[in-house]
Amino acid sequence: MNSVIQILYIIAFALFIYGLMGLTGPRTAVRGNQIAAVGMVIAIIATLLTPGIGNWVLIVLGIVLGALVGVPSARQVKMTAMPQMVALFNGVGGGAVALIAWVEFRDSHDYAGLAAYVPVTSLFAAIIGSLSFWGSLVAFGKLQEILPGKPISVGKQQQLVNGVLLLAAVACAVVVGVGVNSQLLIIGVLIFAAVLGLMVVLPIGGADMPVVISLLNACTGLSAAATGLALNNTALIVAGMIVGASGSILTNLMAKAMNRSIPAIVAGGFGGVTVAGGDAGGTDKTARSTSASDAAIQMAYANQVIIVPGYGMAVAQAQHAVREMAKLLEDRGVEVKYAIHPVAGRMPGHMNVLLAEADVPYEQLREMDDVNSEFSRTDVALVIGANDVTNPAARTNPGSPIHGMPILNVDEARSIIVLKRSMNTGFAGIDNELYYDPKTTMLFGDAKKSVNSVTEELKAL
Amino acid sequence: MFLANLAILVLAGFVGFAVISKVPNTLHTPLMSGTNAIHGIVLLGGLIVLGTTASGVLDKILLVIAIAFGTINIVGGFLVTDRMLGMFKRKPEAPQKGGADSE
Repeated sequence: MNSVIQILYIIAFALFIYGLMGLTGPRTAVRGNQIAAVGMVIAIIATLLTPGIGNWVLIVLGIVLGALVGVPSARQVKMTAMPQMVALFNGVGGGAVALIAWVEFRDSHDYAGLAAYVPVTSLFAAIIGSLSFWGSLVAFGKLQEILPGKPISVGKQQQLVNGVLLLAAVACAVVVGVGVNSQLLIIGVLIFAAVLGLMVVLPIGGADMPVVISLLNACTGLSAAATGLALNNTALIVAGMIVGASGSILTNLMAKAMNRSIPAIVAGGFGGVTVAGGDAGGTDKTARSTSASDAAIQMAYANQVIIVPGYGMAVAQAQHAVREMAKLLEDRGVEVKYAIHPVAGRMPGHMNVLLAEADVPYEQLREMDDVNSEFSRTDVALVIGANDVTNPAARTNPGSPIHGMPILNVDEARSIIVLKRSMNTGFAGIDNELYYDPKTTMLFGDAKKSVNSVTEELKAL
Repeated sequence: MFLANLAILVLAGFVGFAVISKVPNTLHTPLMSGTNAIHGIVLLGGLIVLGTTASGVLDKILLVIAIAFGTINIVGGFLVTDRMLGMFKRKPEAPQKGGADSE
């Protein structure tokens, strides 16, 4: 029976890898995801074939409970709420890891008679799992706006506090690991790691959250792999490690696109950087505002319009309105494209999902490198709720905190219309000189309402 | 046994790296969600411990919670990924389907 299980595990993780390969293209992605899901079913069935397995009632109870919670929440979540859903799903995974590690300790009676790698990997899983669970809950709370999105921290001592917490968790783990049977200490490991998770994520601003979720995703993967080492289970090792690797790459990509370093994010907030670039905006500059009808006319007689959607559009749920407006423009013979910054929305690719939901053809979505050369040939660039990713200071002002960040070269378009709630600065807290460009006009108000009124004006033309 | 597992671990890391670094930017959110579902595999750990060694009420309660958590992770993760990816596939002119994602 044992070799049957092993063979099924091998099939399962082959399917995981094959499925992930499918995720590399929009045409094969759906199938890839389903293939990975099939792999998961095979892995679960294989595990249930383990000789002498019992407690069936409880196993079924756990699975049914999980399905009752998981299925409806996955079905009903809105596409804009996707990042916090991923955070939550990630969190419960970490929670499972931590709980299993706890029971392993209780079961084995201070790891008596086990090889040294078992306590090491199991306690590693306990720390990371607990950290990931609580960290993910904070990330969820922030994105769901249960917690304030602004950084919450204890100030300069934050790193010190975090260091002490990590040290405390590891110290408890070491004492437990060398064979002291103390229920209190293993709980101490979990609690110190939990507080560390809270402390690490609380000081991070809402816009950095995707990077953090990705990082926690990688952590949960690694902790699952560690659980696999402790339990001697290849399926866990392979699947966990693949997630650990992917999460690390994603985290890196996201951080790079935002011109942020991972250590800086984890160390907390935007901190002193903002102060350094504070003199970027003068007070003498004025922005010109425009009306919906002027904006409509401007776009209706353009040859090419590039729409630059950002976080603000996602928040205002304006994607369907934007699509409707774009359709009207297309009917008038205007070429419409969408310029997608790698971190537009709340996660890489999030904007694509939102626009796809609004039935925007995949072909019209252009990635940054692709579209940047087109702005100079574009009559109107319509910026909807995007800010920092359009700020030319990233190219021109070496003193700016976002200098060096890849941006969309919106300022090269012949004219620019910016839809924005107010003149408030973006996440980076710096002024956007694009708004004071003589080619730029501002249409203030809620993105969805603005787009709707432009649409009405277009219909009336 | 441990060293063999360690070898598998290292190789799996490189496989993950190689496969995933080729994913286009546009699919990163679904990818994140999909890999997120895969680490729900920790459910297996819960099944093994509950099914073979667990005794005592507290242990059993903890493991049932762990299994429920793992199941949420797996089921939720794959379903959400499927919903996201389905949107890329839908034809531009197709009428809006009611139900699931009405806003």
